[in-house]
Amino acid sequence: MANRNVNKTVRRLLLATVLMFGFGYALVPLYRVYCDLTGRGSNRVITAADVGNEVDRARLVTVVLDTNTRDIPWTFEAESHKTRVRPGELSEAVFTVENRSARTVTGRAIPSISPVQAGIYVSKMDCFCFTEQVLAPGESKAMPVRFIVDTDLPERFSSLTLSYTFFDVGENKALAANPS
Amino acid sequence: MSDVAAHEHHHDDHDHKPTGLGRWLFSTNHKDIGTMYLVFSLIMFFVGGAMAMVIRAELFQPGLQFVDPQFFNAMTTMHALIMIFGVIMPAGVGLANWMIPIMIGAPDMALPRMNNMSFWILPFAFAMLLATFFMEGGAPNGGWTMYPPLVTQLGEGFPYLIFTVHFLGVSSIMGAINIIATVFNMRAPGMGFMQLPLFVWTWIITAFLLIASMPVLAGAVTMLLTDKYFGTSFFVAAGGGDPVMFQHIFWFFGHPEVYILILPAFGIVSQIIPTFARKPLFGYESMVYATAAIAFLSFFVWAHHMFTVGMPLAGELFFMYATMSIAVPTGVKIFNWLATMWRGSMTFETPMLFALAFVILFSIGGFSGLMLGITPADFQYHDTYFVVAHFHYVLVTGALFALMAATYFWLPKWTGHMYDETLGQAHFWLSTISVNVLFFPQHFLGLAGMPRRIPDYAVQFTEWNMISSLGGFAFGLSQLLFVWVIIKCVREGKKADEQVWEGARGLEWTLPSPPPFHSFTVPPKVDASVAHS
Amino acid sequence: MSVRNMKTFMGALSSVLLLAAAPAWAEYALNLTEGVTPLSRNIYDLHMTIFYICCVIAVIVFGVMFWSIFHHRKSRGAQPAKFHHNTTVEIIWTAVPILILVVMAIPATKSLILIESTGDSDLTIKVTGHQWRWQYEYIEEGIEFFSSLDANSNEARQLKSGIDPSQIDNYLLEVDNPVVVPVGQKIRFMTTASDVIHSWWVPDLGWKRDSIPGFINESWAIIEEEGTYRGQCAELCGRDHAFMPIVLKAVSEDEYYDWVGEMMMVAMEAEAGADREWTMDELMAQGEQVYGTFCVACHQVNGMGIPGAFKPLVGSPIATGPVEDHIDVVMNGVAGTAMAPFGMQLNDVDIASVITYERNAWGNDMGDMVQPSTIAAMR
Repeated sequence: MANRNVNKTVRRLLLATVLMFGFGYALVPLYRVYCDLTGRGSNRVITAADVGNEVDRARLVTVVLDTNTRDIPWTFEAESHKTRVRPGELSEAVFTVENRSARTVTGRAIPSISPVQAGIYVSKMDCFCFTEQVLAPGESKAMPVRFIVDTDLPERFSSLTLSYTFFDVGENKALAANPS
Repeated sequence: MSDVAAHEHHHDDHDHKPTGLGRWLFSTNHKDIGTMYLVFSLIMFFVGGAMAMVIRAELFQPGLQFVDPQFFNAMTTMHALIMIFGVIMPAGVGLANWMIPIMIGAPDMALPRMNNMSFWILPFAFAMLLATFFMEGGAPNGGWTMYPPLVTQLGEGFPYLIFTVHFLGVSSIMGAINIIATVFNMRAPGMGFMQLPLFVWTWIITAFLLIASMPVLAGAVTMLLTDKYFGTSFFVAAGGGDPVMFQHIFWFFGHPEVYILILPAFGIVSQIIPTFARKPLFGYESMVYATAAIAFLSFFVWAHHMFTVGMPLAGELFFMYATMSIAVPTGVKIFNWLATMWRGSMTFETPMLFALAFVILFSIGGFSGLMLGITPADFQYHDTYFVVAHFHYVLVTGALFALMAATYFWLPKWTGHMYDETLGQAHFWLSTISVNVLFFPQHFLGLAGMPRRIPDYAVQFTEWNMISSLGGFAFGLSQLLFVWVIIKCVREGKKADEQVWEGARGLEWTLPSPPPFHSFTVPPKVDASVAHS
Repeated sequence: MSVRNMKTFMGALSSVLLLAAAPAWAEYALNLTEGVTPLSRNIYDLHMTIFYICCVIAVIVFGVMFWSIFHHRKSRGAQPAKFHHNTTVEIIWTAVPILILVVMAIPATKSLILIESTGDSDLTIKVTGHQWRWQYEYIEEGIEFFSSLDANSNEARQLKSGIDPSQIDNYLLEVDNPVVVPVGQKIRFMTTASDVIHSWWVPDLGWKRDSIPGFINESWAIIEEEGTYRGQCAELCGRDHAFMPIVLKAVSEDEYYDWVGEMMMVAMEAEAGADREWTMDELMAQGEQVYGTFCVACHQVNGMGIPGAFKPLVGSPIATGPVEDHIDVVMNGVAGTAMAPFGMQLNDVDIASVITYERNAWGNDMGDMVQPSTIAAMR
């Protein structure tokens, strides 16, 4: 009698253990949802059809454009470090990359917006960060980002930073890390 | 330890206990397994303690005198892993094994064979972890919190670290399942949930915390493993992952883990204070509810370990308020203990001394914890020695002192011999004084700006580091006395009767000291004289 | 017996402690710094408020406890009472702490909102954490430089160096290139990292912020007093975590603009230097400096590396092999190892000189030189 009850308890607890292991992995998509809600690593995408015509003429928001490269032999610069935009208006920022090495390199840019909370008020129509970029030796490329700062942006965010970091994601990189 | 079994028992309808090595290797007896857990954690206490001595020796004065910075980092990392997973947790499980069946009137744990397995996983897991010292790249040195990307820079030891964590997780989950299955199904008739001794209650709640949090840790470290070797990018920014996500998942486990370490200690203290105050525990129900509340809240405060990663304001506020709210049930527990002492008839044997020191020193750790929970202030305190002081007050003078109190409290029951009271009190005073010399100055160091996890420091931190190191050496040496008291008790202590302590109440005290190898094969009667409420 | 012995012991212990500590006793600090920014003062006040509240609670709770321990002891003939429940008291000691917590939460919330109000700034400095040095970029001015532990501290901090740290000025808290900022201006610090997570912390500014690879964080400061403020990396970042300090010099606006002008001149000179021929001596001198900043943490002062972790340069197939391979390794790094690509971090002169240095130091006797123009051509 007691034995049957014990088995039942154990089965339930084992199930709970397995569920909690699954929950650990479920935290990954949950974390993405959290990021989308709060703006961390935000990469909101819109199409031309979504662009409204309501522009807040009374405000100018400073946007700092920040560039970084990690373990990739590229130069990566913004055409200007700062621009001022009106909320609701489609704005463009141009970046240039140049492959300074003698090999073809595949890079991927990871976007980051600061302050984090402001991330949900920035939407992008075109961005080089949506896809991987391949540059031949010595090749340089101008890459635009077209974005809109939402008219709902709270007053306290008078200044935003759009930051991009290029990483090398090419084949030879992956091979060297996994020499199998 | 063989004396534990030397006693001839009365229930001879069962087998006699096995002898020799096989008795321990294949043991399914809760008392033997409990003993093995306790001895194992005592041994690991000295292994982890030796690492702490290396740390304090290097920090005795500025400059690098003894070890390379990377080895120092390995020392801090391994010290933490060993003390948490190899000392406090196994000691807690050991006490649960020994005491829960005889506290609830059960003949043994519900799953004796699993019990054996969950213990024997531990020595293998730690052998594997310690073996990393001899591998290329050395032992884990990225902190016990294993933050990526740093942790993935570890050399050959990396997979061993991950698998050790997996094994430890499996072991403690098996232990937790066993404890719940035992308490839920094997209580003696008349022993309702609200008659359970508080130690049993705190362990049920701890066991649920283990089942809810250890699998999450297992998941997190598995992700680290696949990130390093199989090309996933959960935490690799280049692949669209986020290193901060690991911290979220880790601390989702990590904060409940803190309570896994401390809740059994609350239980122990709640057994000891009423015994030596000769007065029933004040507010039994509120103790149970407070424990459950702390456990529940522990799942909603994890991000207070990582305020500085840059969170949205709303998140910072939520985690600050949630963290502060834990102070309420914790306060209730402290006040209940005070009220238990109030108008009691107290005596101050070693277990009571340790329990009282626990109440005071754990409260100090609680105060610094509250300060750390205040987000803006944490921007200064975070990752400094203030944090180190805080968690050592909670874990050493908290969890560890409670375990020592438990050892003195139940040692006569386990061995049938009284320990030497004079030596026991000497051990208490030496430990209590030295531990404060060791950790109190670390508050000052942290506030003055000394970061944690550094092998060398600027000269203005010299004085307090010296004092702290001296306290550390004294505390380390004092623990040799602890071992001596135990050995002396086992070998030549005076015979103990079944009651042992004048104010002791509960089923475990109705058994002879030491209890027979098989106890309560016939369920005992539970009435008001032994029940706790 | 034990109590008296204990007193003697404690007496002895404390005199030992005081003796040991005597020489530099005056320098120690017990409390948090008040700092020099509005945020740091705000946080300091908050810290003191919570601290005093905790002290009052502690005195009351422990007072009651000790009173009980003293009076309700068996040796004084105390008889145990039987009570184990009192709803009124229990409600009170649940409600009162809640009130106290609310009192603490109000100022804490206010100061948090203040801290998170970044807004517009006069000056933006990007701080990038590397293993194990900081990089600073002044976004508006276009100034960019690395800041590493200074040579004296670096020499003294080597294992068994035999150098007394107290003889070194600002041991472990001095760098080669400090961050210079003007007082009274709102400065935005953006933090990020290149390899692992670091944390940028100057206590006098009142906060620390993690610098995380791939992400950007920001915090701000208005420094109200001129002076030199020191800090350290606060997040474990590997072997030399303890050895990447921060030195922040707050100066008047005039001095700041002088400094900016100077830095721009230096940058222009460096660019000009890339076009001319350098002599062996010049390259070796410059190379030793660059090596001391960028290479020494792993490859060590003597070029021997650390067995099992970092390869030696002395007699290595790279440093004593074909010069093209050497340049390739320095500029592009070695994928899958700790060797980072320095091509983007260092200018032509620095790369040329450090390679020349590595090929001709510690008995590596290649005798060849690498000119900045060679590097420029290889880019």
